[in-house]
Amino acid sequence: MQILDFGYMAELFPYLLGKLPITLGMASAGMLCALVLASGLAIVRVVQPPLINGAAKLFISFFRGTPLLVQLFLFYYGLPQLIESLVKIDGVTATILGLTLHFSAYMAESIRAAIVGIDRSQTEAALSIGMTQSQLMRRIVLPQATRIAVPTLMNYFIDMIKSTSLAFTLGVTELMGATQKEASSSFLYFEAFLTVAVIYWVVVELLSRIQKLMERKLNKAYQR
Amino acid sequence: MITVRGLTKFFGDTPVLNGIDLDIEQGEIIVVIGPSGTGKSTLLRCINMLESPDQGHITLGGHHVDFDRVSNDDRLTLRRKTAFVFQNYALFANKNALENVAERLIVVDGWPKAKAHARAGELLDRVGLNDKHTAYPAALSGGQQQRVGIARAMAANSDLILFDEPTSALDPEWVDEVLSVMKQLAQERQTMLVVTHEMQFARDVADRVIFMSGGNIVEQGPPEALFSAPKDPRTRNFLRKVLGPQAASSE
Ligand SMILES: Nc1ncnc2c1ncn2[C@@H]1O[C@H](COP(=O)(O)OP(=O)(O)O)[C@@H](O)[C@H]1O
Ligand SMILES: [Mg+2]
Repeated sequence: MQILDFGYMAELFPYLLGKLPITLGMASAGMLCALVLASGLAIVRVVQPPLINGAAKLFISFFRGTPLLVQLFLFYYGLPQLIESLVKIDGVTATILGLTLHFSAYMAESIRAAIVGIDRSQTEAALSIGMTQSQLMRRIVLPQATRIAVPTLMNYFIDMIKSTSLAFTLGVTELMGATQKEASSSFLYFEAFLTVAVIYWVVVELLSRIQKLMERKLNKAYQR
Repeated sequence: MITVRGLTKFFGDTPVLNGIDLDIEQGEIIVVIGPSGTGKSTLLRCINMLESPDQGHITLGGHHVDFDRVSNDDRLTLRRKTAFVFQNYALFANKNALENVAERLIVVDGWPKAKAHARAGELLDRVGLNDKHTAYPAALSGGQQQRVGIARAMAANSDLILFDEPTSALDPEWVDEVLSVMKQLAQERQTMLVVTHEMQFARDVADRVIFMSGGNIVEQGPPEALFSAPKDPRTRNFLRKVLGPQAASSE
């Protein structure tokens, strides 16, 4: 009796690889939108304009305080009930929306921490030469904050790639969804899920390598 | 001529400046001395609007500002007509020496980058940093960083440069190079208001020394007169502490 059906795994592997673009596509789109939203939220949290600040705090608290799966169901099943025109929201859109909101809440906090980590005296120096607040942000604070935040943000991107697997619950045939379908027709559950695990693992491992290289490069900036 | 009248500043309920009056002639070199916590930094920071004064007014470079109604434009104008040299240098860590000095010319004065860099290069040469144009702050000694800080202040071509203890954070070996750059500036009659504990610098360079205590200007005058014949007991007391007993024994 053989332990694993390697022939099946070898056959399944290229098929599942074909689904990788959907997974990476959702994660990349989610990451881009989340970066924009998180930067906005972070600046609000730093500048603290009265009303918006409260809203930003509430937003961050909610999306950090509830499971991503609950948020996905809320958007996919819940929203269309509430708003008629969203009846046709598809699984991919709902996933990207959920990933964006969920991860932007976390990313906002790390961007905020990076911004307040820039020492106050540089801010004063920029103001003292007559820069406006937005010039100060664009030319002094954000370039330095980005350097500090990039490694953490890469972690969130990796996390986001793994989280796209939840999209299968919304009927999206991404990596996980495709595996689930194959497994339930072949009954070779262990082989199928092991294959998909290896694919996720390799992707994440590659990204971790890239992250290390970036970190090394960023640490060297501004030193000479 | 710069005129400050009735400059008052509170932190919470605590008065820190009690109605400071100050006239500064164009080209005048003024040194401010006094015990710590008496509002010397706050005075400089109020003139540069890094703190918001509560009362009083200032006329500087033809611009008049009432401190009880300061517009954003007033704030920017005052900052652009003055320059500040910080105790801890406060260089932009993401910019090299040349960019630190050129930043203001590019962003605030709208100079083209090439012209701003050329000017910044000249200024760095003048403070003796000919070979450090492309060095980032992290790669410079304290003395070199502070000289970049001074070159950055010079770039503004401003009506007044404010120095807040520019040598206090330096290792002793770097103090002289910074003081000599400041002396050179003084010889060129750049108007300066300098808070420092370097009494020899005050003697050599200042046109006028101001002694502050408890948020007030207690006494002021030419360095010789103030150091050799201080009138107020608080001044005598302070000078005795910083100069030693023999130096200020006018009793
Ligand atoms: N941002 C601030 N908030 C509250 N109190 C302050 C602040 N800055 C300075 N002070 C207080 O104001 C007084 C004057 O400070 P400062 O101008 O720094 O004095 P100096 O430069 O003469 O040592 C001190 O008692 C100091 O504790
Ligand atoms: Mg001080």
